[in-house]
Amino acid sequence: MQKIFKTGLTLVMLLLTMPAMARLSVFACEPEWAALAAELGGERVTGYSATTAKQDPHHIEARPSLIARVRNADLLICSGAELEIGWLPLLLRQAGNAAVMPGRAGYLEAASLVQRLEIPTSVDRSMGDVHAGGNPHVHLDPRHIATIGKALGQRLAELDPAGSAYYQQRQQDFLRRWQQALERWQKQAAPLKGMRVVTHHRDWVYLFNWLGMVTAGTLEPRPGLPTTAGHLVNLKQELARSPAKMIVHAAYQDDRAAQRMSQLSGIPVLELPYTVGGAAKAGDLFSLFDVTLARLLAAAS
Amino acid sequence: MYAKNFLFWTLGLGLLSGAVHAASGGTGFNPGISLIIDGRYGSYANDSDYELPGFMLGGEAGRGEEGYHLGHNELSISANIDDLFFGKFTTAIADHDGETEVELEEAFIETVGLGYGFTAKAGRFFSDIGYLNSQHGHAWDFTDAPLIYRGLFGDQIRDDGLQVSWVAPTSVYLKIGAEGTRGAQYPAGGAAHDGQGAQAMFIKLGGDVGTSHSWQFGLSHWRADVVGRQAGSHSHGGGTATEVPTFSGDSKLNGVDLVWKWAPDGNASQRYLKLQAEYFERDEDGNVELVGSSPLESTSYQGKQKGWYAQAVYQFIPRWRLGLRYDELSADNTGADADVLTEAGLDNEGHTPKRTTLMMDYSRSEYSRIRVQFAEDNSYEDADNILFVQYIMSLGAHGAHQY
Repeated sequence: MQKIFKTGLTLVMLLLTMPAMARLSVFACEPEWAALAAELGGERVTGYSATTAKQDPHHIEARPSLIARVRNADLLICSGAELEIGWLPLLLRQAGNAAVMPGRAGYLEAASLVQRLEIPTSVDRSMGDVHAGGNPHVHLDPRHIATIGKALGQRLAELDPAGSAYYQQRQQDFLRRWQQALERWQKQAAPLKGMRVVTHHRDWVYLFNWLGMVTAGTLEPRPGLPTTAGHLVNLKQELARSPAKMIVHAAYQDDRAAQRMSQLSGIPVLELPYTVGGAAKAGDLFSLFDVTLARLLAAAS
Repeated sequence: MYAKNFLFWTLGLGLLSGAVHAASGGTGFNPGISLIIDGRYGSYANDSDYELPGFMLGGEAGRGEEGYHLGHNELSISANIDDLFFGKFTTAIADHDGETEVELEEAFIETVGLGYGFTAKAGRFFSDIGYLNSQHGHAWDFTDAPLIYRGLFGDQIRDDGLQVSWVAPTSVYLKIGAEGTRGAQYPAGGAAHDGQGAQAMFIKLGGDVGTSHSWQFGLSHWRADVVGRQAGSHSHGGGTATEVPTFSGDSKLNGVDLVWKWAPDGNASQRYLKLQAEYFERDEDGNVELVGSSPLESTSYQGKQKGWYAQAVYQFIPRWRLGLRYDELSADNTGADADVLTEAGLDNEGHTPKRTTLMMDYSRSEYSRIRVQFAEDNSYEDADNILFVQYIMSLGAHGAHQY
C-alpha cells in the first residue's frame, strides 16, 4: 500500500515539473463549441469536447476523465440553459479550478448570449425535461454562432493577451466567411420555408425558426421521455389531419422510434448530424450546416 | 412618443435580463431542495435473528424490515453559498418502532473552485473511501448495501470532521484526499483524542478507454482509535439480550475498488453496462466486553475481517435495467476468552457468509425508479430467500449524474 502511495507521489511530482503548456486549454461541453474554439483559436488553443455527436448532452455522467479535463482547463464553453445541469455543476465542484467558475473570464455560457425560444411560463416535471431557461439547443441557428463567436473571440484574447491580434484576425476572417455562408444557406434553404417536420426531441427549434420550418410534432411524448406506442398512434392521427414531410432525428438518437412512426404514417425518416461530427462529412461548423441543408433539401424534393 | 419608446425599451431590457438570469443553470432554484421518497415491501423465508458470524453488527446494519414499510426518506437542501462555498444539509426521516426519528445525515460546506485542484470540506459527510460509501443509498443499484459494507461500516461510514482533496493536473484523473474526523460514529466510537478519533486517506485514478469505456480505480485507508463501540444487542450463544458487546482498541481498514462502465459510443441513454467490485479488510486490536453481564465478561481481541462484492448492472433497453451481485465475507478473530468472542458474535462459526442478489428496475424518468430484487442470502447458517419491492422517487432539484 505504502509503495503504491510513494510511486503515485513521484509520478505526480514528475508531471508537476513538466513545462506548462503554452496553449490555451478549452473545455467545451458540446462539439459545436469545440469547433468554434478551433475556428477562432487556431494553433493557440487546444480544444476538447466533453461529448460527441453520438452522445445525448442531457445524459452525461461526471466521469473521472471529465473532472481531469475541467481541472486543467483555462476556458470552459457550454450551451448552458440547464442543458448540462446533471453533470456540469458536479464537474465544477469536483475539479477545484478557480479559473473556470461561473462569473470568471474562463466560463462562457453560450445560451445566455442569445435570445432563447420556448422559455416556459411555468415548469413542472410532468411536462418532462423542460428547461426553465428555455430551449438550450441554440447552436442550430447559424446567426447565433456569429454572436457567440464574437464573445468567444473576446474571451480568448482576454485570457491570452499575447495572442489578441492573432485572435482578432482569425475572428474577422471567420465572421466574414460565416456571413458569406449564411447568405448562401438562406438562399439554398428557401424551398424549406413552411415545411412541416416531425422531430424526435425538440433539438431543432432554432434551425426551424431560422428557416421558417414548422415542428409538426415530436416522437417524445414529453421532452426527454422515451416514446410510447400510444403516443405514436395519437401522432399518426394528428398527421393524417395535417401531414408532415419528414421525420427528423439526430445522430445521437436511436432511430427505432422514427422508423416505427415511418411505418405507421408512411412519412420518410431523415437523420441529421445535429452537431459537428454527427455525419461523416460534417467535420466543422460550415460543413455541419452544409450537410444539414443538403439532406433537408434532398428529402424535401 | 418618447414615453412609449422608453416603456418599450425598459420592458425589453427587463425581459432580456430576466431571460439571461434564468439561463444561468441551477441558480433559478436557490437553494435546491430535493426530497427522496423511498418505500418498500420485504419478504423473508426464515424468521431467525439476522447475524453475520465473525462480525459485530452496528450502525444501520440489518436485513431490513418485513412487509410494507418505508425506506430511507430524506430531505436535502443544497446551494452555492457564495462564489467560494457550497453547502448541503440532509435529514433522513424514518420510523423506528412506531416512532418517527429525524436523523441529521449530512451537514457540510465545501469549497468550490478553490484553485490548483484543491477542495476542502467540513461538517458531517460520508467518507470518500471506497466507491459506494460516498453515494446516498437511493443512488445505489441494489436496495441494500453490500455485505461487507453491512459487516464493517454499519452500511456506510459517515462522521463529523474535515476533508481535503486534490486533483492532479494530469490528463489521467488522479485525486488524493485525506479526512480527519471525530470518531464518534460507528464503526468508530467514543470520539477519542478529544474528538479527533478517526482518519482516512484515499486515492482515485480514472479515465476513458476510447469513447465507449470509462473506469475508476480507488485505494482507501481508514483508521480509528475506538472507545466503546457498541454492537446491537445480541442473544446468540445463550447470552441474554441485555448484554451489549462493546469494542475498544485500534481499528485499521484498507480497501480497493474498481468501476468499469461501457456504453455504445458513450451514449448511455440506450444501453449501458456497469461493472463494479470492492474489497475491504480490517484489522482490530483491543478488547471486547459484554456490557450488562454480571460479573463483567471481557476478553482481549484481535480481529481480522475481510470481504468483497462484485456486481454488474445492464440497461438493456431505455428505462429497464438488470443487475446481479455476489457478496462473500470471511472473519478470523482471536482472543483470550473464546466464549466471550462467541457471545459477542465474533466467532465465525465455521461459516463463510455469502449472498447472491438479482435485481430488475424500471425508471419512468430520471426522477423515478421501481425495483424488484431477489436475494439468496447465506449470511449465516440458515439460508434465507429475500424479496424486496421498492420505489425511489426524487422531487425537486435536478439530481447530479455522479459517476
